[in-house]
Amino acid sequence: MKSKHLADCGNWILKRFPLAKLWNEHMAHYYAPKNFNFWYFFGSLALLVLVNQIITGILLTMNYKPDAKLAFDSVEYIMRDVNWGWLIRYMHSTGASAFFIVIYLHMFRGIIYGSFKQPRELIWIFGMLIFLCLMAEAFMGYLLPWGQMSFWGAQVIISLFSAIPIVGDELALWIRGDYVISDATLNRFFAFHVIAIPLILIMLVFLHLVALHEVGSNNPDGIEIKESKDPFGVPVDGIPFHPYYTVKDIVGVGVFLFFFSIVIFYMPEMGGYFLEHDNFIPADPLATPEHIAPLWYFTPFYAILRAIPDKFAGVIGMGGAIFVLFLLPWLDRGPVKSIRYRGGIYKKALLLFVISFFALGYLGTQPATPTATIFARIFTVIYFGFFLLMPVYTRWEKTKRVPARVTHQPTLEERIQDLKRLFDEVTVKKPVKTAEGKLVLKRKPDPDGLKKAGIRIVKKLKDSLD
Amino acid sequence: MRKLITILLMLPFVVMAAGGEYKLDEAEIDLTDSLSLQRGAKNYVNYCLGCHSAKHIRYIRMAYDFGIEEEQVLEEIAPEGASIYDTMHSAMNGHDAERWFGIEPPDLSLIARSRGADWLYTYLRSFYIDKTKTLGVNNAILKDVGMPNPLWQLQGLQQAVYRNISGKEQLTKLRLIESGELAPKEFDRFVNDLVNFLVYVGEPHQLERKRIGKYVLFYLLLFTVVAYLLKKEYWKDIHKKESTWGNLR
Amino acid sequence: MNIEGVDVDTSKRQFLTTAMTVVGAVGAGYLAVPFLAQMQPSTKALAAGAPTEVDISKMETGQLLRVEWRGKPAWLLNRTPEALETLDTLEDKLSDPMSNESIQPEYCKNRYRSIKPELFVTIGLCTHLGCSPTFRPEIAPSDLGSDWKGGFFCPCHGSWFDLAGRVYRGVPAPTNLDIPPHRYITETFIIIGEDDAEEGAQA
Repeated sequence: MKSKHLADCGNWILKRFPLAKLWNEHMAHYYAPKNFNFWYFFGSLALLVLVNQIITGILLTMNYKPDAKLAFDSVEYIMRDVNWGWLIRYMHSTGASAFFIVIYLHMFRGIIYGSFKQPRELIWIFGMLIFLCLMAEAFMGYLLPWGQMSFWGAQVIISLFSAIPIVGDELALWIRGDYVISDATLNRFFAFHVIAIPLILIMLVFLHLVALHEVGSNNPDGIEIKESKDPFGVPVDGIPFHPYYTVKDIVGVGVFLFFFSIVIFYMPEMGGYFLEHDNFIPADPLATPEHIAPLWYFTPFYAILRAIPDKFAGVIGMGGAIFVLFLLPWLDRGPVKSIRYRGGIYKKALLLFVISFFALGYLGTQPATPTATIFARIFTVIYFGFFLLMPVYTRWEKTKRVPARVTHQPTLEERIQDLKRLFDEVTVKKPVKTAEGKLVLKRKPDPDGLKKAGIRIVKKLKDSLD
Repeated sequence: MRKLITILLMLPFVVMAAGGEYKLDEAEIDLTDSLSLQRGAKNYVNYCLGCHSAKHIRYIRMAYDFGIEEEQVLEEIAPEGASIYDTMHSAMNGHDAERWFGIEPPDLSLIARSRGADWLYTYLRSFYIDKTKTLGVNNAILKDVGMPNPLWQLQGLQQAVYRNISGKEQLTKLRLIESGELAPKEFDRFVNDLVNFLVYVGEPHQLERKRIGKYVLFYLLLFTVVAYLLKKEYWKDIHKKESTWGNLR
Repeated sequence: MNIEGVDVDTSKRQFLTTAMTVVGAVGAGYLAVPFLAQMQPSTKALAAGAPTEVDISKMETGQLLRVEWRGKPAWLLNRTPEALETLDTLEDKLSDPMSNESIQPEYCKNRYRSIKPELFVTIGLCTHLGCSPTFRPEIAPSDLGSDWKGGFFCPCHGSWFDLAGRVYRGVPAPTNLDIPPHRYITETFIIIGEDDAEEGAQA
């Protein structure tokens, strides 16, 4: 009897709202390629982190005070006097860094498997807009604790706008709402951080997903699975997103949360990279800290800014480093999507790009010594070279034949077997005398095996770059 | 190409090569040592609270974290007249302080998080006589410090020892020229207790955080294992299908 | 079960799905604890809830003293002998004259609702919807009519209380005014928010 009422109630809703249709279109009958690998976790993880940031953010606003006199103390109030305030604050601060880690990996996935290429250009554009919003969100959020780094970081970044000719100074003044970073700036950044940008962000995420589900997901082989369908119109290499990828993503969520929790509970400052030491000193408009560095996720772009010895050109360079990513779908002239079938030039270019991105990130955290600046310049050239020379080197390089159907890659279990075999190869069992005088078989590194395995791995690495 | 990669690998060393400052001594931080924390708190009230507040820590929180009675905190640690709910306020008026020292003594609630334990431990033990300063002292790791040595009676007086290193006079060592009330070993322990307390004050919940962390990680491990088994079970469909296709092709 | 030519062990699948749901629900439950608990009063709010000490040596007869305790108005009223006499005559007009339904410490559960008859301590918030009643000690004022024998009148919804905070019959307020725990430290010092019972429990 009771369950009948419940069913009636459900039907009442279903007649008026396309719940079943939505579920089928986007979960149960949304066919995703069956060969997703490790790199495909980060999309759903980004969504998870977004939810984490929104929930913990709402809870933080309940106790935070956007007032230059009260902000710093209110954060410490959250950390000490509010029940579990420390956990919520660390979840939010760690979440900010985790967001960028996940998003950078997600973007890298797009680059290696050509997920930005036709017909997914718009997905990439929406994604880049999300990235831009995220940077604004992180930047404004970092002012809120009102520590020394918050203050002086914002001071430096807003001063960038004054580099723009003619309107620059007026623009910087308008953004600050005062002649220096002040209460007015803090208040408006709070408004942007808490409501304006999150709204845009959620909208863009929605558009990103709508666009994705329209054209369907790419995959590590860069093959359009819709091109080979069975008689029922289902892609033969596609599997329903639910349950197969939902259960898979849950595993990813578990692993991610494990590492996320290690940071929250054991290293919330992450050695000064997630929470900077100088930010535990209240903002002081009269004394700049000796060394200002933005949080790690901005440092590659910050290093580019510093590498260019002209204020306006530096700003253009930094902006250009982000803007050039928007153009990626049209810079890449290669006929294949996935790195698996690309030629050696692209792979080497990508390797150089990754190295330069990390190096710029590192240099951005360090003081700008003359040597460091020279290196930053070299890497800036590589960074831009990767993108701007792309139309040339992707058009002419020799690519490999792309298969018609997705390929089988070793599963986790098979890889573990391989690792076991490798371990057997590089070690040798030798009898060893224990302290009690017993003979025990112990594994020792085997020089011959090590040498062989080493050579094989180096060869494999070299091959994979061709 | 190859050259470039070599340069890239060398990079961290090149950039890190700068430096060579006064070496920091290592403080022994043990927040489970309630007695050390109690001594540190007492020392703080006696020697620091006169000028430096620690406005983010409440006495009641100390009672809870040190595992002692509230009365004991009020009697042995807190200054007279403080309520158990009070935070560690300094009696000094900020304006007076600014007149005397040229700067308002900072609140020390978070000093351990911004400076680090080893820095504090070294700093508090590195004052030396410098007659050119108005306060008569200077500090080996915070040059031209605007703070007198609050512990000089305990430590005694130190003198700087300079050595000529590559044409530059450099402060390498401090020598005790007049002993104080405490022997050097005792004094080190005294400062260590104080620093231990300051590390605690920087983040009073840190022990609790680590304790909870264990359970959370254990739970997430369980979560991941169950999730993995579930995934494996569902994905049997896909793998079986794949093998049948393999036969067909 | 058979899905597209593949044999499926439904019971195992069902079991694992249930296990995952349970594990997930437990985790979500534990996660909800800090999220909800953070909206509980913080240590700072508890600090503000510390006992309040009041000096009553300068109180005149008939005077009402308002102090703050846990952010609420706490009232101390030094009642006149006439007022105490009036209290004896009101019982048939009150809804809970013996304070059986109301909130007060055991030592105040008497006709005068106080430790010493003349000194009355109460929380000055109406038990109806939490307005603070006005103090109207005069007898039969023009706006309240001849039935008014002096007491507390809540202007929000018209509840009547006598000078012992006892509620009249036929008004919206359900119970008498709340009485906080309190005790005399000395003859002239009262501490609100703490009583002997609590002391005994702590020691």
